Amino acid sequence: MTGGAGGPRVVRLRDWTRPVPPVHREVLSARPEFDEGHPPVLFVPGFGQGAWAFAEHWLEHAAGRGFPAYAMSLRGHGGSGPARRATLRAYAHDVVQVAAGLPRRAALVGHGAGALVVSRALARYPARAAVLAAPVLGGPGRDGWSLLGAALRRNPWGTLPALVGGPLRLRRSQLFGADLPVELARQRAARRGRAGAPAQWQLLAHRAGEPPLGAPPVLVVGSPDDRVVPVAVLTRAARRHGGAPLLFPGLGHDLMLDARWVEPIDGILDWLEKLP
Amino acid sequence: MPLDPDHPPAGPALADRGDTVCVIGAGASGLSAVKNLTEAGFAVDCYERETGVGGAWNWRHDRSPVYAGAHLISSRPLTEFPDFPMPDSWPDYPHHSQVLSYLERYADHFDLRPSIWFGTEVVRVAPAGADAWDVTTRSTGRGGGERTSRYAAVVVANGHNWAPHRPAYPGLDDFAGTVLHASAYQDPAQLRGRRVLVVGGGNTGADIAVDAATQAAACWHSTRRGYWYVPKYLLGRPVDQVNARLRVWRVPLRLRQWLGERLLRWVVGDLTRFGLPRPDHRVLESHPLVNSLLVYHLGHGAITPVPDVARFTRRRVELTDGRVIEPDLVVLATGYRPRFEFLAPELLHVDEGGRPRLHLHVFPPGWPTLAVVGLVQPNSGVLPLAHWQGVAVARWLRLRALDPGRAAAFAAQVAEGAGRRWTGAVPRDSGRHWFEVDHVDYLRGLQRVLDDLAVPGRREVPA
Repeated sequence: MTGGAGGPRVVRLRDWTRPVPPVHREVLSARPEFDEGHPPVLFVPGFGQGAWAFAEHWLEHAAGRGFPAYAMSLRGHGGSGPARRATLRAYAHDVVQVAAGLPRRAALVGHGAGALVVSRALARYPARAAVLAAPVLGGPGRDGWSLLGAALRRNPWGTLPALVGGPLRLRRSQLFGADLPVELARQRAARRGRAGAPAQWQLLAHRAGEPPLGAPPVLVVGSPDDRVVPVAVLTRAARRHGGAPLLFPGLGHDLMLDARWVEPIDGILDWLEKLP
Repeated sequence: MPLDPDHPPAGPALADRGDTVCVIGAGASGLSAVKNLTEAGFAVDCYERETGVGGAWNWRHDRSPVYAGAHLISSRPLTEFPDFPMPDSWPDYPHHSQVLSYLERYADHFDLRPSIWFGTEVVRVAPAGADAWDVTTRSTGRGGGERTSRYAAVVVANGHNWAPHRPAYPGLDDFAGTVLHASAYQDPAQLRGRRVLVVGGGNTGADIAVDAATQAAACWHSTRRGYWYVPKYLLGRPVDQVNARLRVWRVPLRLRQWLGERLLRWVVGDLTRFGLPRPDHRVLESHPLVNSLLVYHLGHGAITPVPDVARFTRRRVELTDGRVIEPDLVVLATGYRPRFEFLAPELLHVDEGGRPRLHLHVFPPGWPTLAVVGLVQPNSGVLPLAHWQGVAVARWLRLRALDPGRAAAFAAQVAEGAGRRWTGAVPRDSGRHWFEVDHVDYLRGLQRVLDDLAVPGRREVPA
């Protein structure tokens, strides 16, 4: 039964009768020296990416600005336990489990398809706030098609296999801006793994999610030079949450690994500091 | 409260807390009410007579009914708060100490403790004018004076498993052995080497009989009637999940009962072989007795099933079938009764049997700013129901302020719906069954109320 009038769903027979199996989850953290009362921030990487991507720069930077910072790997990614056939529901479960294990109500920051996972997790956990960074929200309809169109145009051979259950391979030029040294870009692109085939499919075809619990404020950040997520998608995502996207020109899709990684994370933390 | 010159109020003058909502009790239900009211933007004062959170689940509390071996009887997914899951690495049926640590983490995670006045008990709640309430509290520690504060609304979450119910058996006072209510049972060591009679066919009675089976010199288990003894696992899954699976497929009640009874006959078998009476009701008609070990110990002869107690004499206990047994320790696992000493009975429309008449077990007709949460006994955990009850109360209080028209419509619904049972199968009428609910039927009812009470959110914008 769905909640009418955009209300929360109360009868969750699927959650009750088919609980997502437990798995080891990798969580990296950086804690500030003093507790300044800021909410913990949980970074959720996108498909193929692990917690390490945030440990490179963003974790320490957030901790340095007084935020207890955590980064996790979804199941089947990074240092988390294996999960070949993972679905969006299992990933959202992972995020909610980690968030509920933090000492205080957390702000969730999802990157890429991790933003879609975060938006699902918001229906199961009343986050303090949510940030969708270069969000790959997909779904049937305009957003899904513009993403697929952009991916096929820029990287047909990396994208096509994913349509038949193979891995999705992104090119360096999609992930990073021009000012990241080529060698570093090559290394970082090579560290990518792959998401579960069902979850990859769900990027294109998934049912509309349930509304968030507790009406958290939501911020959308991205780059006009992102070769994965078109600006129109960012704008539509931000509008759904009653705002405009915060844009950082010159960065590629992997905002947290690019040469100018400090700009988006400062933008996010500034926004979190100003929350009522 | 009118000022009476002959009886000046003790302590400082009445403190008007404005729009603040008062929550009574910081157990599982109270905590979720505090969290959901705060989340909806209300200021909340919560009063807790003990010095910690967790209510019944906090074994340090003198009113806590938990005993060393108490585990949940509903599985984790059907017991956790819907917005704060228990760790998925925990067992299917966590131990009571895990439930307490879960509630403590919930309180810390959502920063609820600053809203809670610990060591403060509520003595009196009285209506003040149209909507407000005067709440009189007293410090439980230093024997401090009373203090009265005025609140815009009161949410009662004082629990229903703390006031022991002791049936009056003839001759009980003359009995020379030890008589203990289950509320005073904490540890199997209390049973070691004793000849124990456990009275009561509820889940607590079954648990204590199982403890006695391995610890006591002899164990009799006295039940008034036949029950369905449901194992914790059926078909390899926790039994409540199997039952909920049938709801996914929308299997009608009669068929679910038939399937359930068939399955239990196959798996558990015919218990009259052990001398137990045949169940006098159908499965799903009363709160399930979930215990995998009781039948096992019956098979070992470590538990002797006996019928109800007829009378006690100095050394013996006579049973209704004429048998006479000689226990030296009697544990009365005869349950608890809800009590609301601080509220005039008419406020909750309490009938002569002590049963409040409320809509959805939450809303009393005629008192729009009074609500009760957690006063349900579902065939799942109470926490998910208490959570959504708290959300509904918050939405209701918000709607009253914003949309009097729709609020009036809901008030009419409350008056009409009060006293309705939320079980598909009507339970056998025994004093304790009136607040039993089927969790799916009940939550579906609550879903409709939540949708009716929805107010446009602060941050929602038209698409």
